[in-house]
Amino acid sequence: MILEQGRAERHYWRDLWAYRELFAILAWRDVAVRYKQTMVGTAWAILRPLVTMAVFTVVFGRLAHLPSQGGPYPVMVFAGLLPWFLFSTILGDASASLVGNAHLVSKVYFPRLIVPASAAVVTLVDFALNLLILFALMAWYGVMPTWRFLLLPVFVALAILASLGPAFLITALNVKYRDFRYVIPFLVQFGLYVSPVGFSSAIVPERWRFWYSLNPVVGVIDGFRWCVLGGDSQIYAPGFVMSLGIVALFLWLGIRYFRHTERTFADLL
Amino acid sequence: MARDVVIRAEGLGKRYLIGHHRERERYVALRDVMTRGAQRLWRRTADLARGRALLAGDTIEEFWALRDIEFEVRRGEVLGIIGRNGAGKSTLLKILSRITEPSAGRVTIKGRVASLLEVGTGFHPELTGRENIFLNGAILGMTRAEIRRKFDEIVAFAEVDKFLDTPVKRYSSGMHVRLAFAVAAHLEPEIIVVDEVLAVGDAEFQRKCLGKMSEVAEGGRTVLFVSHNMGAIRTLTRRCLLLDAGRVRMDAPAAETVEFYLAHAARGVEGGVFMRPEPLPDGRPFHVRQVTTRREPDAEPVNQFDCDQPFVICIDYAATRRVHGLFGYLNLLRADGAMILEGDSRDTGRNPLEEISGGEGTLRITVPPRILGPGTYQIYLSFRSGFDAAGPDIDTPGIVGQFVIDDTRTLRGNERNGYLSTILDWERTDWR
Repeated sequence: MILEQGRAERHYWRDLWAYRELFAILAWRDVAVRYKQTMVGTAWAILRPLVTMAVFTVVFGRLAHLPSQGGPYPVMVFAGLLPWFLFSTILGDASASLVGNAHLVSKVYFPRLIVPASAAVVTLVDFALNLLILFALMAWYGVMPTWRFLLLPVFVALAILASLGPAFLITALNVKYRDFRYVIPFLVQFGLYVSPVGFSSAIVPERWRFWYSLNPVVGVIDGFRWCVLGGDSQIYAPGFVMSLGIVALFLWLGIRYFRHTERTFADLL
Repeated sequence: MARDVVIRAEGLGKRYLIGHHRERERYVALRDVMTRGAQRLWRRTADLARGRALLAGDTIEEFWALRDIEFEVRRGEVLGIIGRNGAGKSTLLKILSRITEPSAGRVTIKGRVASLLEVGTGFHPELTGRENIFLNGAILGMTRAEIRRKFDEIVAFAEVDKFLDTPVKRYSSGMHVRLAFAVAAHLEPEIIVVDEVLAVGDAEFQRKCLGKMSEVAEGGRTVLFVSHNMGAIRTLTRRCLLLDAGRVRMDAPAAETVEFYLAHAARGVEGGVFMRPEPLPDGRPFHVRQVTTRREPDAEPVNQFDCDQPFVICIDYAATRRVHGLFGYLNLLRADGAMILEGDSRDTGRNPLEEISGGEGTLRITVPPRILGPGTYQIYLSFRSGFDAAGPDIDTPGIVGQFVIDDTRTLRGNERNGYLSTILDWERTDWR
């Protein structure tokens, strides 16, 4: 093995594979700690989307009378909230992960990409809990799952990929510029309103729809609703392809920037 | 590369950039970069207008923590590395264990490197001993199968079998260190890097660690051993590197290097003031800024004291938050490495470090008169915690400075041998 400047980059993917067990164990640690420490944490993971759903249903569904893509409004909102929370939590947790694991990063070598990636796994556990709530809601409102529901895992994967790209980017930026973390809650807050979480993306005027899909979350949320609601809900194809492209672009950018700055992390933390 | 050479460093260097604006800042903030950028743009425009040359990077200074390092290590060799604080020892170890990349030159390494840079890295206080063994093992590079195979051995070595399912936060600090070292000691790398792990822990455990290290070396594995303990360097290593200001000052048999170091390089902590060498890694909740020795708390720092004077060791620290279970060791060593005194901030049960919550301050430790014998002493410092999320090692500056004790009251003065200056009471009773 030869160590010199820029060398680590060359064997990056092989290294990442070699450290897969560390990835599994770090993810397991985060999950174990999270659910060991607090029952409150678990309750919060369930309560937050439920309350948000109720508020959105009242404001957008009852007061503003926005259309609901053919399903009950609460189910539509919840189908949008699921990927949104996945996205925003991965963004938040991953970006804090490297600074939170500074003592590891500055003392042991491993591909740093493991840290934000394993932080993302924890959010999947919350996601699974939320999925159970979605089932309960669907049963309550009598929404029958169709064959489309079987495609849900594809969109879950898409949601994860859509989150990881920006998450890697922000994680790396957060190590270098420590006040970057103040930008994240703002981004998340802002994102909640510009993404079709509380309302259906079908209400966006047709001529804007393509450009609206520049927001990668739009494609993901549309996909979720398409799976869950069945029936009338449609995916706007050009926009969806656009979202896919943006997801891929961010993933590429994120990994590239992360890898580029990674070797200086130990010196910066 | 010759067949039995396992490490070869060629022209190795590590450069850090130190921004002068940044001296007091713990990290770069985007807002500072933006304001600084604006300032710089303005200054440059002003300079241009006045017809002055542009000096790129007038706020950034290069600092070579290591420079032109060349050495080879053969299979089965135990190489000691010594040098004053800031000489580049830790940087060298960090490069060898791949934590940071060199800025110049290269190192060729044959085999797996495991570092005991940090025993107990990644221990999580909420997880049980059992869980932490797997976590820590994986962090140090063991596979799960490997850990499972050695699990019983690790537990037996650490002597924690009764507490395997207790969260580590309830462990005593001794148990914590034992478990941590046990995991690390059961790694089976070809090359093992050890940094100062032996300076803490009880004597019994130190003996065990030293035993494990010689066992490792006898098993044909290569050991790099960094220590301030000249005694340990002399007994454990045959060859020793002396680093000074980032360069290899000497590469010779251990006895020779140690002798040279004690005679020349160890001196030079002037006037009783020790400044922490920069750059320090950020993100520490607590760290030592400066250590001074003084006759009285408000007196000027000096490094020469009389046996009959008490004197004060002042440790200026900075803390960013409360560290759970923080405590400190202040050890006094003689130049030959013998530990004369191991002081622990918890010795009396009233630990002044327990309540530190943030900000800067000074710890004052008074050494009473007529205890230390005439000679040169080194101050070793380590701040640790059994419970904090930042890991067991909070800040270990190691040997931070030295002072000289003179005996002026006794007839023989500095000619009195021995470690203590206590004056014994001689009394005679005539029987007839």
